[in-house]
Parts: sequence; structure tokens; C-alpha cells
Amino acid sequence: MFVSYKWLQEYVDLTGVTADELAEKITKSGIEVEGVEVLNEGIKGVVIGHVLEREQHPNADKLNKCLVDVGEDQPVQIICGAPNVDKGQKVAVAKVGAVLPGNFKIKKAKLRGEESHGMICSLQELGVETKLVAKEYSEGIFVFPGNVTVGEDAISELNRDDQVLELGLTPNRADCLSMLGVAYEVAAILGRDVKLPNPEVQTTSEKASDYIKVTVEANEDNPLYVAKVIKNVTIGPSPLWMQGRLMAAGIRPHNNVVDITNYVLLEYGQPLHAFDYDRLGSKEILVRRAKNGEEIVTLDDAKRTLTEDHLVITNGSEPVALAGVMGGANSEVQSDTTTVLLESAYFKGLTIRGASKDHGLRSEASSRYEKGIDPNRVRLAAERAVEMLALYAGGEILEGSVEVDTLKVEPAVVSITLEKINSVIGTTITADEVISIFEKLRFEVTSDNETFTVTVPTRRGDITIEEDLIEEVARLYGYDNLPKTLPVGASTPGKLSAYQQKRRVVRKYLEGTGLFQAVTYSLTSEAKAAQYALEQREPVALAMPMSEDRSKLRLSILPQLLEVVKYNLARQNDSVSVYEIGTVFLGKGNEEQPEEREHMAAAITGLWNLHQWQGEKKEVDFFVLKGILEGMFAKLGLQTEVEYRQTAIEGLHPGRTAEIYLSGKKIGFIGQVHPTVQKELDLKETYVCELLLEAILTADVSPLQYEAIPKYPSITRDIALVVDQGKAAGELESIIKEAGGSLLKEAKVFDLYEGEHMEPGKKSIAFSLRYFNPEKTLTDEEVTKVHDKVLHAVEEKAGAVLRG
Amino acid sequence: MQERLKELQQEALEAVQKAVDLKELNEIRVSYLGKKGPITEVLKGMGKLSAEERPKMGALANEVRDIISSGIEEKQKVLEEEAVQKKLASETIDVTLPGRPVNSGNHHPLTRIIEEIEDLFIGMGYTIAEGPEVEKDYYNFEALNLPKGHPARDMQDSFYISEEILLRTHTSPMQARTMEKNEGKGPVRIICPGKVYRRDNDDATHSHQFMQIEGLVVDENIRMSDLKGTLDVFAKKMFGDDREIRLRPSFFPFTEPSVEMDISCKICKGHGCNVCKGTGWIEILGAGMVHPNVLEMAGYDSTKYTGFAFGMGPERIAMLKYGVDDIRHYYTNDIRFLKQFSMHE
Ligand SMILES: [Zn+2]
Repeated sequence: MFVSYKWLQEYVDLTGVTADELAEKITKSGIEVEGVEVLNEGIKGVVIGHVLEREQHPNADKLNKCLVDVGEDQPVQIICGAPNVDKGQKVAVAKVGAVLPGNFKIKKAKLRGEESHGMICSLQELGVETKLVAKEYSEGIFVFPGNVTVGEDAISELNRDDQVLELGLTPNRADCLSMLGVAYEVAAILGRDVKLPNPEVQTTSEKASDYIKVTVEANEDNPLYVAKVIKNVTIGPSPLWMQGRLMAAGIRPHNNVVDITNYVLLEYGQPLHAFDYDRLGSKEILVRRAKNGEEIVTLDDAKRTLTEDHLVITNGSEPVALAGVMGGANSEVQSDTTTVLLESAYFKGLTIRGASKDHGLRSEASSRYEKGIDPNRVRLAAERAVEMLALYAGGEILEGSVEVDTLKVEPAVVSITLEKINSVIGTTITADEVISIFEKLRFEVTSDNETFTVTVPTRRGDITIEEDLIEEVARLYGYDNLPKTLPVGASTPGKLSAYQQKRRVVRKYLEGTGLFQAVTYSLTSEAKAAQYALEQREPVALAMPMSEDRSKLRLSILPQLLEVVKYNLARQNDSVSVYEIGTVFLGKGNEEQPEEREHMAAAITGLWNLHQWQGEKKEVDFFVLKGILEGMFAKLGLQTEVEYRQTAIEGLHPGRTAEIYLSGKKIGFIGQVHPTVQKELDLKETYVCELLLEAILTADVSPLQYEAIPKYPSITRDIALVVDQGKAAGELESIIKEAGGSLLKEAKVFDLYEGEHMEPGKKSIAFSLRYFNPEKTLTDEEVTKVHDKVLHAVEEKAGAVLRG
Repeated sequence: MQERLKELQQEALEAVQKAVDLKELNEIRVSYLGKKGPITEVLKGMGKLSAEERPKMGALANEVRDIISSGIEEKQKVLEEEAVQKKLASETIDVTLPGRPVNSGNHHPLTRIIEEIEDLFIGMGYTIAEGPEVEKDYYNFEALNLPKGHPARDMQDSFYISEEILLRTHTSPMQARTMEKNEGKGPVRIICPGKVYRRDNDDATHSHQFMQIEGLVVDENIRMSDLKGTLDVFAKKMFGDDREIRLRPSFFPFTEPSVEMDISCKICKGHGCNVCKGTGWIEILGAGMVHPNVLEMAGYDSTKYTGFAFGMGPERIAMLKYGVDDIRHYYTNDIRFLKQFSMHE
């Protein structure tokens, strides 16, 4: 809502309060003022001029040479390019020395050989947005009515020596969608009076009811309809001050009748509609739901197909307006209109909202109905409008109005105790202060032993319960005056859950190894949603996606991380190491919430180590990433529970992929991105993993227990085993460990050889075995006994031959 | 003979003095003091001496030997020290060359903000409540006093899966779920961080996915002044002790009264500048007293219990704290961006 500071003064005395101060006060007590616009900012020296002569510029087809009286001793010559400039017009003239918005200084100029002493201005040149300029002047200069005085300040004639407060209204404060509502609010804040308009209407002896009959079929949607008839109107421009106020409020002036309905809408918050009575095509109004497929052409010349959800005003048969949203073109007020049927009605917000949405049409009227209007202003606004139609359109008001009224208007009555107010806010406000606040708000209040009974005016439909009254008291008492306290009562222990703590440990650990945490989008494309998924499911789909790229919920994080790698590589970030912990979504059909699982994924590419001047450089490989994971499992006490099994997964290198098992259960994978995929995405060699993090963080772990520092030495024996190329080191290791029993403390791979000195199809893996007995020093014989068992086992179970 | 010995002593000491390294010194030792050395040679002629002179000459010869060998020893020490110094000099490195880099990543800035806020409230007795990102319409809207048809829950603003299922538009559903789990009893103090989703086109200030942190306190006798005090603690810890807060009335369907909290502008200290658009204040979060309908729907007796709730956006807080100027940076994960958030403040 745009509120003109000057207009507001008609209802509340603003003496001593500047627009900026007012904005600050309004903001602090409840409605955010998003800005204060100075309408005449940067404008100086623009006066009313009288075009005495106009002729074609001798050297330019599109220019006019004008002689203009600007209220000085001598008229001045001005060259003007506007197509509509003409002799006899009163116009806005920026004299030599004047300044226009954008610091545009007007100087004496010569245009195609003719001198020009100033500029005749369009409204746009005076800072008015094109969409607010009346259509007839939007392509040229603005022409003032004949009664303005030459030489006077044109800006003040246009009512633009004003400031506009832009209110950011929350949905509950629909009352401030009217000047009167804002006036009540401002009066309450300043503790001043409100002056309300008091329409005085002289009626003719003819009765409105002789001209029109009103029937409402849809009483639920339209509980109150008021029709008035005005005869003998003369269509013309509305007064300048009214046009100025409409423009300040963001509404384009049309003609006096339409402008008056808009003016009253702004003043009272009550939408009005003026029909051309003679174009109605009947002498009746019937309000009903539209028939499916029924059509109407609205004022914006759009043909709209209606359904039973839409409420229409009809002439008994044909729709003449889409109720509460927009009038029909067929009954529009035009320049030859003489008799006006004025509608002031109460429509149900939900019905209007539905129609407005269905037709993508939000009007000043519909937005007010949606949020709820004051039922007590329906008749008042009609009175105010006909008063103005008589004054500014020369209309004769027919006696009475034709109404259908099934509306029950009952103001809300809410009671509250002083104790409740103070205990909720945390203050010690007195009963007198509370009463004074309600009185400032113009709420009727009675009090009995510190219990207040408040009758809420119908304009404040947002107030229905105690808490609403508490808010009114709190905001006018002032939040600045509220003490700062902390909750008292039983304290609660604040801490992270075990899961949350472990997740933080994992994050810290991964980052310690060099990975950066990424956060990517959960919504992705159909193609990517299930790529690399640990468990295949139909991805969860949005009912109305904004784009195909963000239409499905992800089943895996990896595709997004690969995008991150791609993005970085394309920007000369050649080494990328990222991880993400996030949710993936396993659908269970659209009518149920999907299962949400927490995953961890990582991707690394480029160099892992680089120490250039020492000539050290290490490219990432499978084992860099595996090492990181091993460290993570060790950090969580799970190192002995994890197993890596060679496998093939779509999108990963078939020879460089492993599934990861935790206590025998598959929880993820690690591998190199398939070279074909790498090529598609412009990646270099990239290693990735994705794990079901929640399985890792919830796995049973034996508590940390101290183990004695060895008192006795251990004995190490190294063996090199020749095995088939395909034999996994992991398998050998488990055979060795099993055979080694409790004396074998450790078995580590320390060499791998697959070179020319090997028999084809064979490789050599060297293990370092460490034997140890915590109870005593081991003898050579004891070790040899176990070691022979180990050698026997690897030969037996893996066909390994001890390399000489 | 005596003279010969003195001569040898002189000669040897001179040679020792001239020796440049340990090898040469050793040669000198061998040549003067060895079994075939000149002293031994001289002593061979002792037979010609008288019995009285013999011990005298023997003593002199030993004296000469001692003098020469201590001369050698001394020189040896000097030469050894020189050798050490030379070796050390040869081992000298340029200490200004760069060290070997240690790999290290860091938190995403949003996680950094979220953990900071979590820790701050954990210190005040809150726990962290997390919940589903795909929610039931009931928990996302209805239980928060946003019945079907409420203007604030426009279909156009949310990502629906079906009529009853949608991507949560805030983390408030966890408030309703937590209260419901408590079955209307006992105090609630929770912080709910997480991802939320709204139908917005991604640009510098909008993102269809973003983070939110909400807080909820429900107990007997919770007052609005407690909300103000709590937010004041939050603002000072998060943004600095010199920051002031201000509450402005606002509207949210799930709180009544509702407020927005501003903090005083760091740049102009409340006098007004470009950063705060001349107001001296910067909007941080929305808050309010829990609406009685919300309490009742979650099974709390609203005549006995009151509560406050607040909600804020980590993206915005990170923007204010670190000066990040485009919300898309948080989700493109440019390493050059991520790297900037490693420092411990
Ligand atoms: Zn500032």
C-alpha cells in the first residue's frame, strides 16, 4: 500500500511529524515502511504555461514551434516534439534553469535553427511512471485543465509536492489497505484524533429501485450487494488533486467515474464497480456462480472461460462482471455514458481468491476481497462515491439503494485479564495503560476488576483471540520497553545426540585429510536422480517442477558432486577434493513420505600432494581415497568390521571398483569414475565413494579400552608369495591371520611385484608378519611353528608359492 | 742429542701448526711419534751416553714426545671443530623456501554458521532436533495454524509431491513433531536446523533450496521478555557484544504476537548507511510467542503452557558475517569459495 503523506493529513493531524519520522514510528509499532518516496525529488523550476501560438517548425516535420506564456513579462519560444501540443493548452513548462529528475538541467538551446527557452513536459519527464500516466497523455505532454493559473508551480498543481510511504503489509493487516485504516493506525500511534469523511448526498425524487432489480442466488459468496443509480453524469477527467492522489497510490487515472470508484476504494478499502446502466442490456442484476464453459470478456479485453467455481454478476442472463475481480467490457463506462449503476458488495475472500488465481488476474479489488474487507463500510463507501459522482461528474443521485443483505455483522468481543497480558509479555503494565492503549486504537473497552472486555471494530478482522489483544498492547506499549529476561524454570541439559556428535567427528576427520565440504541440491533431473544409487527405487517426483533439471529427488549424492568437480575443473581449479553429507530419498509412492537416508559421498581428482620445488607430486588414485575411508572407519572404531570386495558398478571403472561391507552388510562403494563418463563430463581421473552414513554412525562399537604396552619384543618375518594374478591381497591376508592365530599380531603388505621376472599370470605379494606374545619373550622355535602353519595355509588355500 | 731432540720438537710443532686436515695431522703423528720416527731414531744413540745422562735424556725424549702429542691433540681438536663447522655450513638450507603443504579441507560456510548457532544454544540447554525434508502437509502447514486455503500457503510457493506430501518449506514441522512426541508435557527447548525448499527461481538473492534454523521453547511461564533476552544473547554472541537488538511487530500464522528482530548496523552503529539502507538496523530473523492453536494441536494446554519460537536463515547470516554477496555461491561449491572459510575466528 502506497500512502500519500499529504492525503493522510486529511484524516489525521500530522503537525510536527515529518514523513520520515512517521515512517519510523509506523515501522516500530507494527507495519514495516519499506521506503519513503519523495515525488518531487530533483525537480525545480517547472511552472504552468499557456501555449499562445503553435506552428510547425520550419526545418523539422516532427517539431512544433510554440509561443508560451510562463507568467513572465514576455512569452517565450519553446520548441516541442510532443505530437499533442496545441494552441490554448495549459502545460507544464520547465523554464531555462529548471532541473528535472536525473539532474537534467534545462538550458537555452537552438533546435534546427530555432531558439528554445525551456521545455514543455510530459508526466514521465516529471518523474511519473508511464504505467501511471492517463492513456491520452502517455505518448505526449500532459494538458492541464483550463482553470490553472499561469506561472504557478506545476508540481504542486499536480499534487506531487508530496511523499509516499510504502507499507509492507503482512496478510493480517488488511485494514491498512485503506487510507482510513492507515489513519486509525497512525492516530493510535500518535495518540491523535481521526477525522472521518462525512458524505452529504442530495437525491432526486426518482427511486433507484425503479431502475434496477437485484437478485443474489449465491448468498454464501455474496452476502451483501448494494446498488445505486446515478443519472446524467458527464464523463471527463477527474480533478487534478484526485488524479495526483491516484498516481501517488499507484493507480492510473482514467475518467471521473472510474477515478472516483478507485479513489473510494483507496479511501475505504471497499472495492466498487461502475456499470454503464444503458449497456447492461436489462434492468436487473443477478449474482450467481458461472456455468461451466460460460465466457466473459473482461475490461482488459481478455476472453475468459468460466467454471462453477467463479462468481459472476449478470444482467439476468449474460455475465457483466467477474465478481470482485474485474468488470466486463460489455458494460464498461465510456465517454458517452450518462447513467451509472454503482456496485458496492461484500464477496467472500476464498471465492474471489480462487477466481483471481484461476485467471491469473490480481486487481486492487480482488486483493482486498481476498484478505477480507470491513462489512460495515460497504454502504458508507457507496455513499461516499455517489457524493463524489455528484460533485465531480455532475451526476444526479437516485433515491435509496437496491440491496440484498443476508450478512450478519457481529463485532468480535474478546476478554482478557491484566495478569494474562503481563505474564505473556513479561511486563508490569498497569490497567490504566492497557485501557489507554485500547482507547487509542478506538476499541470499545470495559474493565471489571482488571478484566478487560474489548469490542473489536469490524475493520480489524484480524483480532479474534486474547493473543491478538496482547499483541496490540505489546506493540503500542513498545517492544523497546520490554525487559530482557531469560526463561526460568527447570533447566534442560543441552547436548548433541551420539549420532550428531559422530557426524561432527566424521566431518572434522574428512576435512583433516584435505576434503572440502560441499552442499548441493536435493532436486535433480530424471537422468541423474538414480545414478550411482546404493539402492534402486523409482525417484520421488515433484507434482509441478519448475524445470526438468530440478524435478526429482536424488537417490544418491555422487552425480551432484561430479557436477561440482566439473564446475571447478572448468575454472582452472585442477585439483578438487570434496565430500558431502546429505539426505537421499527412497520413494514409497506419492501418497507416502519417502524414506530419507543420510549418505556421505566424496570425489577427488588431480594432485593429492604437490611440493613443487622439491619435485614431489602425487596424483590421486584409488588408494588415496581408500586410505581416507580406512582412517574414517578407524576413527569410529570400525576398522576390523569393514571389507572391500571387488565388483563392477555402472558408471565406474570395472577393474577399479569395490563394494564396501560393514559387518557383512553392504553400505557403499568406492571406485574410479568410468573413463567414458569422465570423458562425457570433461573430468580427469576421478575417484569417488558413496556410503550409507547412517549405518556407519549407528553401528555397534565396543567401548574404548586400554591395552597394555608390550613388555616383550616381537619377532618379524617377511614372506613373498607368488600367486595367480587375480588373487586378492585381502584374501591372502585373512588366510594368514586365521592361520597365525593369537600370536600373529600383524600382517602387512609391503611389496607388490607383477613384472617381467614373473611367470605370466602370476604376481608376488610380500607380507611382513609380526609375532608377539604379551606374556613372555617368544622363542625362534615357537615362531617357526606358527609361521610354518601360515605358509602351509597360504599354499593350501591360495596356491601360493614362497618366493625364493 | 739434546739439541737434536729440541730441533725435532720445534720441527714437529711447526708441521702440526701447518697441518690443514686430520689426515695430514695423522701423518705427522706417525712420522714423529711412530716406532720408526726420528725420536726413536735419536734414542737409539742413547747407548753412547753415560749412565747418568741416560735417564735424563730418556726423560727429555718423553717430554718432547708429550709436547708433540699434546700439540697434535690440540690441533686435532681445532681441525675437528673446523670439520664440523664445514659440514654444517655445507648443510645450510634456505629457510625462506616454502614448507611442505599439509592437505586440509574445511566446513562449508553454512555448516560453519549452523554449528556455531547450535553450540550457542546447546550452551543454553537446547537440543538439536532433526527431521524429514519431505513432509506431510499436516506438519508443514496445518499443525502450524495454516489450514488448507490459508493465503500464506499458496500451492505456487511450495514443491508438492502429492496433495498431502511436499518438500518442507521451513523446519518448523520439527517443532510440531517434537511437541507431539512430548505428549503435552514438560519443557521443550530445541533448535531445528536443516534444508528447506521453496518455489523460487535461483538468483543472487533467491534459492529454491536453502537452510533454516528454528528454535522453540515451551514451558509454563515463558514470556515474551524471555524471547527478547534470548535473542539478545544470540545476537551478541553471534555478531559481537556491541550489537543492539530491536523487535518490530510482524505477522506469522504460527506465532502471536509475532516480531521481526533487527540488529544494529555494524558499519554505522545505528546511524544509517548504505549497508542498512539508512535505517541503522539489519533484519536478522522472525520470532514470536507460539500461537495457542499450535500448542493445542500438538497436545499442549495453552492456558497452562506458553512458548516462543524463532527462525532464521544461515545463508543470510553468513552473508552478513562474511560479506558473501550471492546466495548461489553456497551451492556451486567453487573450491576458491569454500577455501575461504577455514580460518578459526
Ligand atoms: Zn548502517
